[in-house]
Amino acid sequence: MATGVALRAFRKRIIPSFSSRISALPFNSRSISTLVLAEHEGSSLKIQSLSAVTAAKSLSKNNSISLLLAGSGPGLHEAAAQAASCDPSVSEVLVADSDEFSYPLAEPWAKLVQLVQQKGGYSHVMATSGSFGKNIIPRAAALLDVSPVTDVTKISEPHLFVRPIYAGNALCTVRYTGVGPCLLTVRATSFPVIPITSDTKSNEASISQVDLSTFGEDSVGKSRYVKHTAQDLERPDLGSARVVVTGGRALKSAENFKMIEKLAEKLGAAVGATRAAVDAGYVPNDLQVGQTGKIVAPELYMAFGVSGAIQHLAGMRDSKVIVAVNKDADAPIFQVADYGLVGDIFDLIPELLEKLPEKK
Amino acid sequence: MKIMVAIKRVVDYAVKIRVKSDKSGVETQNVKMSMNPFCEIALEEALRIKESGLASEVVAVTMGMKQSVDTLRTGLAMGADRAIHVETGGPLYPLSVAKLLRALVEIEKPGLLILGKQAIDDDCNQTGQMVAGLLNWPQGTFASKVVLDKEKQIVTVDREVDGGLETLCLDLPAVITTDLRLNQPRYATLPNIMKAKSKPIKKFTPQDLNVEIKSDIEEIQVTEPPKRKAGVIVSSVDELIDKLQNEAHVI
Repeated sequence: MATGVALRAFRKRIIPSFSSRISALPFNSRSISTLVLAEHEGSSLKIQSLSAVTAAKSLSKNNSISLLLAGSGPGLHEAAAQAASCDPSVSEVLVADSDEFSYPLAEPWAKLVQLVQQKGGYSHVMATSGSFGKNIIPRAAALLDVSPVTDVTKISEPHLFVRPIYAGNALCTVRYTGVGPCLLTVRATSFPVIPITSDTKSNEASISQVDLSTFGEDSVGKSRYVKHTAQDLERPDLGSARVVVTGGRALKSAENFKMIEKLAEKLGAAVGATRAAVDAGYVPNDLQVGQTGKIVAPELYMAFGVSGAIQHLAGMRDSKVIVAVNKDADAPIFQVADYGLVGDIFDLIPELLEKLPEKK
Repeated sequence: MKIMVAIKRVVDYAVKIRVKSDKSGVETQNVKMSMNPFCEIALEEALRIKESGLASEVVAVTMGMKQSVDTLRTGLAMGADRAIHVETGGPLYPLSVAKLLRALVEIEKPGLLILGKQAIDDDCNQTGQMVAGLLNWPQGTFASKVVLDKEKQIVTVDREVDGGLETLCLDLPAVITTDLRLNQPRYATLPNIMKAKSKPIKKFTPQDLNVEIKSDIEEIQVTEPPKRKAGVIVSSVDELIDKLQNEAHVI
């Protein structure tokens, strides 16, 4: 612990002048330290938001990882306690407790990231690229005057990343050459969270409060939280489900879409949808899979009545096994499917429902 | 109140892109270019706000090469009152775009800045958040509903977030980025396309705006994603279940 503090103090003093001279060189592995922004809900940590921890571990062996949680009230501290034992490689949990963080608003959060980064001199700041990370990281990057990197799928070196562009139809390798901290959002399906077993939990990280005395108040009050309309979450979370069953426009109605839901139930799967199905009002939009919706990579992805537009493929092409059922044998979805079945979904889904074995 | 809308010229969303054989990027020569779909939605929203009497003027702005003017003309044909083009060469990253936008906001003083949530070429999803940060304005990202209250100088935004919708209330001036479901953009009619030709487009250079275009991101290479191995067409539900159980072992 004492060395950790000393290291951070060292970093704080040395890095600003030092790093500007060596900016063109690959970073010394000892200077890697990562701040991971994590989300919590109620009194528990959102496990999906820990993909960034998995990614941080792949930056360097000597990475010291700090988790930052912000919120207010006792729930925050329960979540922080959970965060402290979430992964043995997390060395420190920083907690910002203030009414300004009662809801994850971008304005105070970005200020907080700027404050914590400047104090801690982290080389990397990361979040999982969900709506939380995508909202906050770029704003924080602008305050720190650096270019962020979105939706990283592979980390080759501490400053060399791969990210998909053009709806996943090309992969771009980028090098971060800036002198400031490197801000990233990472794709959850590329850095899956490995649940920690009870025997490793003994290794708990220290929890400390962020000193908010210098926290500027000029952005507070410019935006206010009104409400959250949650979708009902009986089924597994779409982003992390092992099996996803998706329906497209061919389902023709919200009523028919229930067949997809039944099938999902039988398989213990999450339900997904194409943009066409969402726009037609069959299902709410947070079930949309694709470039503009969720990116999924389950073990089994079953697409019913989905044509396979570029934008949809962007959201599921990394699935391990893809099954397509469609009456149009020329549908582009068959080009990425491991198993294709040509026929009418209104005949085939009931047959599947009948013949599929019960989930274990 | 004035609304500023940032638009980008990108490879048309329906084009199957080709990666250059030297891995230097994606082929954009002789490829159909269009306005980024999210930018169309941003412009449509600005026009609707103006048509409901809550805004006086819609200014479309873009940064990029000479040809970006075509995209501005499309915006003018949809109904924007005038346009601003910041002509740049070479690659432009969101940080630079955000700085150029900040400079234009300081000149034009709009009450609302609307952008698309992401460009479908670089898929960054950064510019709106960054310009909001630089201006210290509140941000309403991934908006699927926007309600402006001129009296109170606030805007209420429904945001598409993981797991549902979130409603925020922002003080004006504010930055909004648009999600797909915000609206259905209109088509430009022929008379409006003709009229757009006489609407003014003001030119700036980054030097005029005192913005240095530099980048702390270096593109090393662009490659094709790994190909999936060819699949098989099965003939029946029984065969499908059998393959999933005994070949793929996923159920």
